[in-house]
Amino acid sequence: MNFEFSPEQLQIKEEARRVLADLSSPANVRKVLDSGAGIDRNLWTILAELGFLGAAIPEAYGGTGAGHLELCAIAEELGRANAAIPFSSSICLGAELILAAGTEQQKSHWLPKLARGASIACLAVTEGPGQIVPQGIQAVFKGGRINGTKVAVLDAAVADIAIVAARSGETICLYIVDMQNSGVTRTPLTTIDPTRLQAQLDMRDVPADLLAADGWNVLTRALDRAAVLAAFEQVGGAERALEMARDYALERYAFGRPIGSFQAIKHKLVDMYVSVALARSNSYYGAWALQDDAPELPEAAAAARVSATQAHQLCVKENIQVHGGMGFTWEFDCHLYYRRAHLLAISLGGLTHWQDRLIEQLRARRVITA
Amino acid sequence: MNFEDNTEEAAFRTEARAWIQANAPHELRTGLQAAIAQTTSSVHPPEIDGYDPLKISKAWQARKSEAGWACLHWPTQFGGRDATPIQRVIWQQEEGIYSQLSNLFVVGHGMAGPTLITHGTAAQKERHLNPIVSGQDVWCQLFSEPSGGSDLAGLRSRAQRSGDEWIINGQKIWTTHGQFADWGIMLVRTDPSVVKHEGLTMFIVDMKAAGVEARPIKQMTGEMHFCEVFFTDVRVPDSNRIGAIGGGWRVSLTTLMNERLQLAAAIPTGVPEFFDLCCELETSTGLPIDDPAVRAQLATWIARQRGLQWAMMRTISALSGGRPPGPENSIGKLVAGEIAQELCAFALDIQGPAGAILDEKGTGRSFQKMLLTSPAIRVGGGTAEIQKNILAEQVLGLPADIRADKGMPFNKIPTGRS
Repeated sequence: MNFEFSPEQLQIKEEARRVLADLSSPANVRKVLDSGAGIDRNLWTILAELGFLGAAIPEAYGGTGAGHLELCAIAEELGRANAAIPFSSSICLGAELILAAGTEQQKSHWLPKLARGASIACLAVTEGPGQIVPQGIQAVFKGGRINGTKVAVLDAAVADIAIVAARSGETICLYIVDMQNSGVTRTPLTTIDPTRLQAQLDMRDVPADLLAADGWNVLTRALDRAAVLAAFEQVGGAERALEMARDYALERYAFGRPIGSFQAIKHKLVDMYVSVALARSNSYYGAWALQDDAPELPEAAAAARVSATQAHQLCVKENIQVHGGMGFTWEFDCHLYYRRAHLLAISLGGLTHWQDRLIEQLRARRVITA
Repeated sequence: MNFEDNTEEAAFRTEARAWIQANAPHELRTGLQAAIAQTTSSVHPPEIDGYDPLKISKAWQARKSEAGWACLHWPTQFGGRDATPIQRVIWQQEEGIYSQLSNLFVVGHGMAGPTLITHGTAAQKERHLNPIVSGQDVWCQLFSEPSGGSDLAGLRSRAQRSGDEWIINGQKIWTTHGQFADWGIMLVRTDPSVVKHEGLTMFIVDMKAAGVEARPIKQMTGEMHFCEVFFTDVRVPDSNRIGAIGGGWRVSLTTLMNERLQLAAAIPTGVPEFFDLCCELETSTGLPIDDPAVRAQLATWIARQRGLQWAMMRTISALSGGRPPGPENSIGKLVAGEIAQELCAFALDIQGPAGAILDEKGTGRSFQKMLLTSPAIRVGGGTAEIQKNILAEQVLGLPADIRADKGMPFNKIPTGRS
């Protein structure tokens, strides 16, 4: 058996880490934070050129066709670097949805652009407070046009197309909408993490291209798949927060000794380590299910997501705590990770959503172990 | 990524499965299953109605030993098989429920034997290794004492030289299999005037010798799975000393390292059983699984339990690839202990006042019992706090704790007693 990434996959991961250490340092992320641009364009372009954006897009559609394990490895590094790019929206959701449900024409048109980073996609589902459920979708498709409002659309401010969930009669379908259309109004929103912009989308008689008639099922599946990738991003962020806390505990002295020699701090750091180890192990199983498109994917994704969200939230929280007052300053980087963790925790539906999904899946199977 | 055996692994599995199928005591299968459901110990020899636990354990061990399926990881020259770590894992998987019959030998096979192989004299190996492999001799480990478990090197049992012998006085505790053991591997203080780690020596002790008294300890569950062992002027020949005088600490590290290397069999967390309970128990307000508060809590535990399960698969994967297990191999007890204790309290809670009833036959019975057992997971084999210190120091690279007794002769260390 082999429950690890292959040497080639680890090589891609190392390359991604090297590139990101250089181009997505905390200083780079801060530039995006300060400028309000919501995206590091330079980083986005270079990652596209290196083939990282198209890692799971087939060569026929302009990707490298490497695969989803490679995409998991890249996602982890992006999380570790807190990268200010719309990777999860454009690649893990947009490209994946078009690849899964698109016509040949849609795939040939959009996938090469997404792989090149020349176009950016976002997913527009949420219309108000609450978890992602069918009754939350009130936007309407009729006569080839969509009317409705979507809120908190992640990366909408920088996106070229949106994949929109709307009702056609009683059925929820997914559509591709051109963000440049005059019927689309984007209103920027102030959020907890300004390194990834969100906007409200008002759509008035906007022409829309049908992507999936069986929209809810296609969306549910896409969210499961994206949850595995998000879990890797979260594991990367969590592990980095743990390292930051560990490094600070070693260099900061109080009462004549490093604070990392106090058991109160040591045990806190071990709790963080344990949470990351559990999340990573669950994410590996998610990666296996994603790669093999296994029937276990929904439960594997939900467990990975629950585990990774909890690990990420614990690590960014305790990272600030270990840093004490300095962790609460704008100058220290702890808050960048804190902000991102809480954004990622809810962007695909929050903890409750994935806890429910895990329970429902296991209840249906009445089996816990694989 | 894949979960399949490679060619060599598959061949080994086929061979092991065929031999077990042809030789295992299948008449005990049902009884073993019942015994597991009843006991709260993972190392106590299984008690089956109409059978002597020691006899059935020794019979299976002898049969394995004759056919070369005992102590797989030991060198062949000492009766082992020179098996790789992944072959050991495959054997454990294939032996399945019959591995309960090896509980009696965990100390001999996993700790005493490997310690003798590394540090024993030729005569000691000649005398002891074969009976350990064949299951003829049962061993116990005499390390912990009433005055200290976490601070092992602070132990107080004394051995004093008398010609070619040593005279041992003192008390050991938490001795698994102390009541069954033929031999013990014992760490004692031979010089109290030096720093605590340097005054210890390791001995082989005959548990049937005059002056040795093993008394089972009644645990809070009412069961008796451990002993305290009293030593009164017990005479041990110097030929039973393992390693140098004052070298006992180094020898004990071999013993403990072998203890940790044993692949942590998944420690029961109670999570799968609790999930079933939530799906099945008709309470006055319906099924627990339909309660959002239960679902959220349950999902968190399931995710942690699965995390442990997949961490173990990563360990097996590393062994399969010929690599040492990563540090995630050592989080099992920590996580399982936390889950089990909290989960049991919650399992009683969802039953309301009726949750207190320890009904041996009814639904949910195991959680009342497990509630009483679960504290053991967090203290046995090193407390959770000590485990966290070890992880913090060895995995995260944090500084060791500042020791108040550092560099102090043992007999000058404060004890809190006058």
